[in-house]
Amino acid sequence: MKKPILFTLLLLFGTVLAHSQEKNKSVSFEVKGNCGMCKNRIETATIKMKGVKFAQWSPETKEFKAIIDERKCSVQDIQKKISEVGHDSDGFTAPEGVYAKLPECCKYRNPETTRMNHGNH
Amino acid sequence: MEIRSLLLLFLLALGTSSQAQIQVIGKVIEFNEKGKTIGVPDANIYWLSSTLGTVTDSLGNFKIPYHNTLRKLVISSVGYRPDTIPVNRPNLGNIVLYTRVVLDEVVVEKEVASLQKSLFKIQNVVSVDSREMLKAACCNLSESFETNPTVDVNISDAVLGAKQIQMLGLNSPYLLFTQENMPSIRGASQVFGLSFIPGSWIDGIQITKGAGTVINGYESISGHINSELVKPLSDKTFFLNLYSNNYERYEFNSRLNQTIGDNLGVGMYMHANLRDGIIDANGDSFLDTPLGHQVNFMNRWQYMNPQSGWVSFATIQYLSDTKKMGQTDFDFKTDKFSNTNWGSEINTSRMDISAKVGYVLPDLPYESYGLQLAYTSHNQDSYYGLSIYDIQHDSFYTNFIFNSIIGSTQHKFKTGINFNYDTFSELVNSTMFHRDDKLIGTFFEYTYDNLEGLSFEAGLRADSHNNLGNFLTPRFHLRYGLWDKASLRASFGRGKRGANIFAENQQFFASSRQIAISERGGNYYGLNPEKAWNYGISFIQKLYLWNRVLDFSIDFYRTHFKDQVIVDWENPRLISFYNLEGTSYSNSLQLDLNYEIFKDLQLRATYKYFHVVSDYATESLEKPLQPSFRIFLNTSYETPKRNEGSQWRFDLTGNWLGRQRLPDTSTNPQQFRLPSHSPAYGLINAQVTKVFSNTFEMYVGGENIGNFTQERPILSNAAPFGSYFDSTIVYGPVLESAYYVGFRYKI
Repeated sequence: MKKPILFTLLLLFGTVLAHSQEKNKSVSFEVKGNCGMCKNRIETATIKMKGVKFAQWSPETKEFKAIIDERKCSVQDIQKKISEVGHDSDGFTAPEGVYAKLPECCKYRNPETTRMNHGNH
Repeated sequence: MEIRSLLLLFLLALGTSSQAQIQVIGKVIEFNEKGKTIGVPDANIYWLSSTLGTVTDSLGNFKIPYHNTLRKLVISSVGYRPDTIPVNRPNLGNIVLYTRVVLDEVVVEKEVASLQKSLFKIQNVVSVDSREMLKAACCNLSESFETNPTVDVNISDAVLGAKQIQMLGLNSPYLLFTQENMPSIRGASQVFGLSFIPGSWIDGIQITKGAGTVINGYESISGHINSELVKPLSDKTFFLNLYSNNYERYEFNSRLNQTIGDNLGVGMYMHANLRDGIIDANGDSFLDTPLGHQVNFMNRWQYMNPQSGWVSFATIQYLSDTKKMGQTDFDFKTDKFSNTNWGSEINTSRMDISAKVGYVLPDLPYESYGLQLAYTSHNQDSYYGLSIYDIQHDSFYTNFIFNSIIGSTQHKFKTGINFNYDTFSELVNSTMFHRDDKLIGTFFEYTYDNLEGLSFEAGLRADSHNNLGNFLTPRFHLRYGLWDKASLRASFGRGKRGANIFAENQQFFASSRQIAISERGGNYYGLNPEKAWNYGISFIQKLYLWNRVLDFSIDFYRTHFKDQVIVDWENPRLISFYNLEGTSYSNSLQLDLNYEIFKDLQLRATYKYFHVVSDYATESLEKPLQPSFRIFLNTSYETPKRNEGSQWRFDLTGNWLGRQRLPDTSTNPQQFRLPSHSPAYGLINAQVTKVFSNTFEMYVGGENIGNFTQERPILSNAAPFGSYFDSTIVYGPVLESAYYVGFRYKI
């Protein structure tokens, strides 16, 4: 007797979960980076992903904001993509080879770079 | 001179050899709140990396023995930023110390130029901010384009003296004017509308060359000029400006803003002017500049709530304007409609009410809704000698715009619906004209950005209009980033409009010309609407040359008329209006170079070439009164800002206009004939502004400093009621050089 109830509950819970995959989900997390060039790199890489509708990164606050269709992509997908172009975020570290190819002013792992002149880029 | 410098060298040498024989003297000063210099007493003076030193006396003077090994003096005092100076002469003169300012954050910024050409916008847009407006001699929108090479300013005629603007070799009716993205300066206000917007109310202007966008309508052919007014929530609390010139022209501008709570602002703006000088320097018995007065009042409400996403404006403007022109002996009380003297009077009253509501979804920053509503009532009563011209134009405009994306912000779109209702009632001498224009239109504009340099904007409108019919209007703009800091742009688009032939050409009333309309069965005075395609290509390169920004741009635009109302001035007895048969086009080429030659000295240089040709009834002719080229040079210099923002600003503008074809006067008697072309001529304007502080500044300036005037602006001026009277052939200034002075006070 109890098993079917549990099963139904599970099913219900499952559908609720499925429904909670929002079409316009706002997400935000920290992404390491320095300057306007970083901003361009992060935003360009992410907005081209399937399911990412809006992407914005602030060099001042290091906050990355996006609006995504959860049915088509996840926060992890985005973080992975960002790491692939050279930027670290929580749990996702950019490969050394990619990081090494970043322009000097974008090498955010070196604290000295934040004091560099980033000009207008 | 040489002996003195030799002596100095000798003294220095002596000092070096005999050690501490020579005394180095100097004075340490600071600027007080009023900008005056005062001595700093008890300041420490010591040789760098030594303990040898002294202090200044009560007046800031000091004396210290010279040391040849210690080359630098350190000057310091509590509360001031220390300074280190090399000692290369015995008298160091005044040394300025600045107070130490404690800041949480130091922001070093370079102000962007007041005239900006965008590298990234898809359309070819020049942005002009309010600082540029201050360089213009005076106080309304028409005069604010005089330091701007994109737009050409010319004078409509010798009597009215209205300033008309042109783009790409085409008159202002082919331009779309918007005020905060709602159409303005159209219909009845076409000729004088620019003088109804005071310069001090303008926050910025965006000038788009070429087809423009479909959102604001189908009428623009050569370009789009949008003016943004100051906004109560961001404007200064109080602004006052007074201006006067040597021709008894006085202007008054004031703005008062109040914030109510966090989100609501209200502004009261006032403009008044008076032109009181009876000037006839050329001795032709006609006033060189109109007499007049204007009262212009605006009340704006602004609501902005970033949390909820709601933005709203409500604006009401009332204007009353009077212009009086004609012979100096004309008595406006008794001579009206009499043959004794020739005079003219134009009385305009106008009311504008508009509202805008915008909503941006707080969770979806790319999605927004906008609604624009505007009502205008424009009434002009006027007479020109024995001719009468009255126009009443009422207009209702509404536009709903929805912004969103397709998939991601790489693909944006704007779509909406637009409804207009205009009524025109005109009295031309004894003939009445009435017309209603009803429009419903929808538009869709798609913007794509591949984020790697390619972006384009493709728009389409579908309109249904009672007089223009059902038609589509396509517009397309593309931008491609060729290489670093270089953009290539291309555009094409179509425009269509019905010509308000009397309102747009009302200067002809100040002549003996008869009106001749060759009716075609169209809905605009029997004429068919105007239709044209515009194509353009432009290139811009910005680069750093010796650490300063240089930008270079070149563009070429061609406007090709499918149908046009030709305004034919070629018979000096007539003004003829007829539809184009054959070809009509305008080609325009512009080259620009902007560079900061040395620190704070900006140079703008422009060369423009025009070729504007239409098939007239008899032959193909160049557009009359169109300079074949224009060279524009502008230099501005600003001294570094001192305490309280005090500085000097200098601005010098030179224009050289190529010769212009004059309308044919060969059938006139000998004494009323003009040559086939005008001479080329130059104009120079200059302005000096002294900023005393962030709240107060004064300016003086001159217009037409070279004092060029047209030799004979009015034909048959001695017999204004005779058949050869004509004031419409004006290729240059009628008024001699003007000098002005004014101040601005703002808190």
